[in-house]
Amino acid sequence: MTTVDAFSTDPADAVPHTPAAAAAGRLNGTPPRTPGADLPEHPDALWKNPEPKKAYDVVIVGGGGHGLATAHYLVKNHGITNVAVLEKGWLAGGNMARNTTLIRSNYLWDESAAIYEHSLKLWEGLEEDLGYPILFSQRGVLNLAHTLQDVRDSVRRVEANVLNGVDAEWIEPDEVRKICPIVNTSSDIRYPVLGATYQPRAGIAKHDYVGWGFARRIDEAGVDIIQNCEVTGFVRDGNRVTGVRTTRGDIACGTVALAAAGSTSVLTDMLGLRVPIQSHPLQALVSELLEPVHPTIVMSNAVHVYVSQAHKGELVMGAGVDAYNGYGQRGAFHIIERQMAAAVELFPVFARAHLLRTWGGIVDTTPDASPIVGRTPYDNVFLNCGWGTGGFKATPGLGWVFADTIANDEPHPYAAPFSLDRFVTGRLVDEHGAAAVAH
Amino acid sequence: MQMIKCPWCGPREEVEYHYGGQAHVAYPAEPAALSDEEWAHYLFFRDNTRGLFAERWVHTAGCRRWFNAVRDTVTYRFHATYRPDEPRPVTA
Ligand SMILES: Cc1cc2nc3c(=O)[nH]c(=O)nc-3n(C[C@H](O)[C@H](O)[C@H](O)COP(=O)(O)OP(=O)(O)OC[C@H]3O[C@@H](n4cnc5c(N)ncnc54)[C@H](O)[C@@H]3O)c2cc1C
Ligand SMILES: [Zn+2]
Repeated sequence: MTTVDAFSTDPADAVPHTPAAAAAGRLNGTPPRTPGADLPEHPDALWKNPEPKKAYDVVIVGGGGHGLATAHYLVKNHGITNVAVLEKGWLAGGNMARNTTLIRSNYLWDESAAIYEHSLKLWEGLEEDLGYPILFSQRGVLNLAHTLQDVRDSVRRVEANVLNGVDAEWIEPDEVRKICPIVNTSSDIRYPVLGATYQPRAGIAKHDYVGWGFARRIDEAGVDIIQNCEVTGFVRDGNRVTGVRTTRGDIACGTVALAAAGSTSVLTDMLGLRVPIQSHPLQALVSELLEPVHPTIVMSNAVHVYVSQAHKGELVMGAGVDAYNGYGQRGAFHIIERQMAAAVELFPVFARAHLLRTWGGIVDTTPDASPIVGRTPYDNVFLNCGWGTGGFKATPGLGWVFADTIANDEPHPYAAPFSLDRFVTGRLVDEHGAAAVAH
Repeated sequence: MQMIKCPWCGPREEVEYHYGGQAHVAYPAEPAALSDEEWAHYLFFRDNTRGLFAERWVHTAGCRRWFNAVRDTVTYRFHATYRPDEPRPVTA
């Protein structure tokens, strides 16, 4: 599928979005165009809404990106199609609908680089694989350094990335300015930009289209996507779970795969299984639609904000979690206020932009800022959680690796380091540093 | 912004406080006797309750003292705050 060519992200091709520009367009004969008019049309229906069957070989709990991608690779790589994806709300309406879509693989440790880079490679072919436009735009990411310690950590991370075959370089402030002219690189600010790491292959994608693309593919292959179906309990027989209790009746299962992100603990509590997860609100926001001004993604750990510009023209911004545990899918406004202060510090040009909308999701954080993927003490229950603030980028990679783990009843090599028992052995994969404003 | 009632100072704005996670997690009575599994649970595993949760807060920009709160993790509403030496109050 090549429809994405129609949505060039080159600022030179872009249609101006301000009323004044639209008026100017009218004056010189170009018809005014609505923001988003260049986005593709969707078919009327992308998947069916079947009644749940009595039993499935694999029941996936959670119809976010991870659950859908796992079903896709169960079908595609392992020929397993007697699969249900159970979703308590509407399809891909959790964090999948709320994230800021940053995709990158420049993580510090070998274990992380392996799984995130695997995912990034899959992103590069995903539109073709799904036969659906996902607007994957590899516009690069700059992770800014503002202190000497930042510089040292960043250079170390770049060296580690290069050894792992991840495209990464250290660049000086004048190069930062060339890649993103609107970043304030003057020395006359509280936290001057001392340089940045740059990953050119990083990018953004349209999260809804990604979810819908996976859903359409698995629906075609015979997977049942069952919405408004909340798992409320498990039927246990010794070390096995033989079925799930849901708001739409009991469903028997050969294997259960948990992919419930921020709600994981609610499910594992029902299984009497403790997981080292804390659920937090994570907020994001968009500005009104603006002309293309921001060609890349900029993240700053120290000043604490990250920004990209969506295809329609909104500036998309976020930062870290709200400090307290929360399941409310919203957060406090003072968190937003701080992000805005940081954004205006780094990008003085944003000072007059209006905030259009803020929202929140529930993210599942772990003690080492790395996910938990693999086995549980139950023979036929597999766990995927703990992606916290950064699991959108892992969607295809995790789906591939989790499907493989389920199909072979054996952790995929990329999943193995992320087992639940690392918290007992002490082999943590500490990505707090490279998690880079945590996305 | 939420007002949080410090048991010593009274109601103050949320930004004056920092969060400290689950309350009433006691230091192991016999640390040397713990298995690796038990240490892991003491260090890394905390309840992640959906609903009323007893948790620690510190009044950083005020008296700088720690205290406990019972808060609903869905509505974020505080149901009670109390001193660390007091038992968890019964809340509705
Ligand atoms: C504001 C924000 C910004 C983010 N930005 C980024 C970013 O820039 N880059 C990045 O890589 N990641 C980002 N993330 C993180 C990313 O969104 C998540 O890590 C990822 O979406 C988690 O996987 P998922 O898509 O499967 O989760 P979800 O979409 O949350 O899917 C889990 C699903 O499980 C369902 N569920 C829960 N309990 C039950 C039950 N009992 N029965 C049935 N169904 C159930 C939920 O309704 C939900 O739909 C961000 C998250 C947020 C909130
Ligand atoms: Zn006080």
